[in-house]
Amino acid sequence: MKKKFKLIDLDCANCAAKMEEAIKKIDGVTDASVSFMTQKMMIEADDAVFDQVVEEAVKVIAKVEPDCQVVLK
Amino acid sequence: MDRFTPKQKKELQQIGISFVLFVILMVSEHAGLFPDTLGGTVTELLLYLVPYFIVGHDVVRKCLIGIRNRQLFDESFLMTLATVGAFGCREFGEAVAVMLFYQVGEFFQSYAVGKSRGSIADLMSMAADFANREAEDGSIEVIDPDDIEVGDILVIKPGEKIPTDGVVIEGSGLVNTSALTGESLPRPVAVGEQVISGCINGDSLLRVRAEKEFDDCTVSQILELVEEASSRKSVTENFITRFARWYTPTVVIAAVILAFLPPLISGSFAAEFGEWVLRACTFLVISCPCALVISVPLAFFGGIGAASRNGVLVKGSNYLELLSELDTVVSDKTGTLTEGRFKVAAVEAAEGYAAEDIVRFAAAAESGSTHPIAAAIIEACDDPIAQSKIKDVKTAAGKGITATAGEDHITVGNRGFLETEGIKIPDIDTEVSGTNCYVAKNGKYIGTIIVADMPKAGVKEAISGMLEAGVKNIVMLTGDSGKVAGAVAKELGISDYRAELLPQDKVSAVEELLDAMRKKAGGNDADRKRGRLAFIGDGINDAPVLSVADVGIAMGSLGSDAAIEAADVVIMDDDIAKIPAVMKTARKTLSISRQNIVFALFVKFACLLLGALGIANMWVAVFADVGVAVICILNSMRMLEKQE
Repeated sequence: MKKKFKLIDLDCANCAAKMEEAIKKIDGVTDASVSFMTQKMMIEADDAVFDQVVEEAVKVIAKVEPDCQVVLK
Repeated sequence: MDRFTPKQKKELQQIGISFVLFVILMVSEHAGLFPDTLGGTVTELLLYLVPYFIVGHDVVRKCLIGIRNRQLFDESFLMTLATVGAFGCREFGEAVAVMLFYQVGEFFQSYAVGKSRGSIADLMSMAADFANREAEDGSIEVIDPDDIEVGDILVIKPGEKIPTDGVVIEGSGLVNTSALTGESLPRPVAVGEQVISGCINGDSLLRVRAEKEFDDCTVSQILELVEEASSRKSVTENFITRFARWYTPTVVIAAVILAFLPPLISGSFAAEFGEWVLRACTFLVISCPCALVISVPLAFFGGIGAASRNGVLVKGSNYLELLSELDTVVSDKTGTLTEGRFKVAAVEAAEGYAAEDIVRFAAAAESGSTHPIAAAIIEACDDPIAQSKIKDVKTAAGKGITATAGEDHITVGNRGFLETEGIKIPDIDTEVSGTNCYVAKNGKYIGTIIVADMPKAGVKEAISGMLEAGVKNIVMLTGDSGKVAGAVAKELGISDYRAELLPQDKVSAVEELLDAMRKKAGGNDADRKRGRLAFIGDGINDAPVLSVADVGIAMGSLGSDAAIEAADVVIMDDDIAKIPAVMKTARKTLSISRQNIVFALFVKFACLLLGALGIANMWVAVFADVGVAVICILNSMRMLEKQE
């Protein structure tokens, strides 16, 4: 499954790159991208673990940039 | 002040207050208000901490959270460390100044990035915000485009955006496709015709039956592609990412070495340590790669945005990069360079006959035929002979046709056909090449109509534009005979062509060209060093060729899903002149990124060197960090300006 999320207050391009790298390392993630310009995150992961992956990604993001929020729809 | 977000306004206030306090303190310090005693120093420190925390509390907070999360080496951590180091060395003024100017720089940075995001958002605002759905009882309900279902009847009022792809069931008029194609001339639509999402309705009311859901419509697809384009990174961007990964840790390690090693070597550690710590702090301030990490992707994003505003969809930063270094352009002929259908190119009249009459008689004889050549002749006839007067039509397949129009017996066909009918034809010598149709009336030759697949308007200029833009080799591929291909190539100024190719031959022709380029480059990594090849096609039946080429360019693809899928670069309308234009955009993007890389690296390394020697102080370092970032961002923002 592939899904996009909006990010609020993603203020640093370097952080976006770090997030992307960290999210790609989460188990079950086949592809991920964090775009500083569009303030969007894309996660592609196995359907079975998708929700856990997203939860994990939110944690990773909070670690890298505490002010940045993920809009979960 | 509506130009700023609430967060930015708050930051501005903090910067202002902190700056005023800082100036007052600096003046007091120089006036000698703080005596050089322990008490005086403590008072001074406490007073300087006030503006420091006003402007920098956020940075310190982020730094602490970062330490807790083991995220060292981020900007907040480095700035906090550098300023704390300066405080430790009793350089209170510098510590506050560094934080203050760092925040000023950050503010400019966020303002500039916000502005570019805004202009990109404008660019992307071609999707409709709402749709008017007509219920069965005729009432109209305003809904979110996401809620449109296939088969819904949508009412589009004058000036509104078309929310999804559909078919007109009532009304006719002009729609403006410029958001998608960059084409300013409106396109006429009528009942039964397709309308494409993102176009703006003209002055008439249209009723449209939705054919696609919002997520599948043309505009959604385009927006998705442009957004995803930034995830297909160019070589330049990948270089920056790799560079950033080792740059920061390296500089930080260098700073640690710089703080401890020289004073240890000199022997008088206690006396010199402070000075070297300050120099190390200078290093920390310069160690953030932000100027590059933001400005290079921003330039590419702007480049892709500028291209899409012009009606050219570039599906990745990497393709933009390839477009800037094209060496060979291979183009399909029919439908790409030429109209893809026959037209009357010239009429040679025998003495005593007018060209119009020849076309008129030929059209009369051909009026029942569906052959493409017949269609071209019929189309060229302004004043056709009434159908009722035409009789005894006899067709000799692939040869010609005879008919009686009024009192006259007309023969139209190839040379052999007319000669078997006993008609003598003189030698015809024309500049125009194409298929010759000979026309005779009552057994006497009256003229020749030359029918050809004509080059599209502007193709010749586009070809010379590409050559000017640095393309060395243009090759035309076609299934037509060598004679026709040669004539078209000559007319368009193309030196190289391959004729009589079957569709699968086109793939091998492109592969051959790629092989030749590899040989030319030579060496082990010839594939990387060789020039780049683009293929231009209509995207419908040349998907395999599009994928073999480095860059596959599909033309005239508005609304064609298959073409958008197969190509790397999609030209929404039929205008081949957009290829040299998008090459220019690509070049500008690349040159801006290179300027930024060279400038930022030069300033940073110069400041590192001067900082290590003790020549550059923290003020210079702050410029090397945020100043450079702002300049690079401003440079990249040039990509967002409206271009010709």
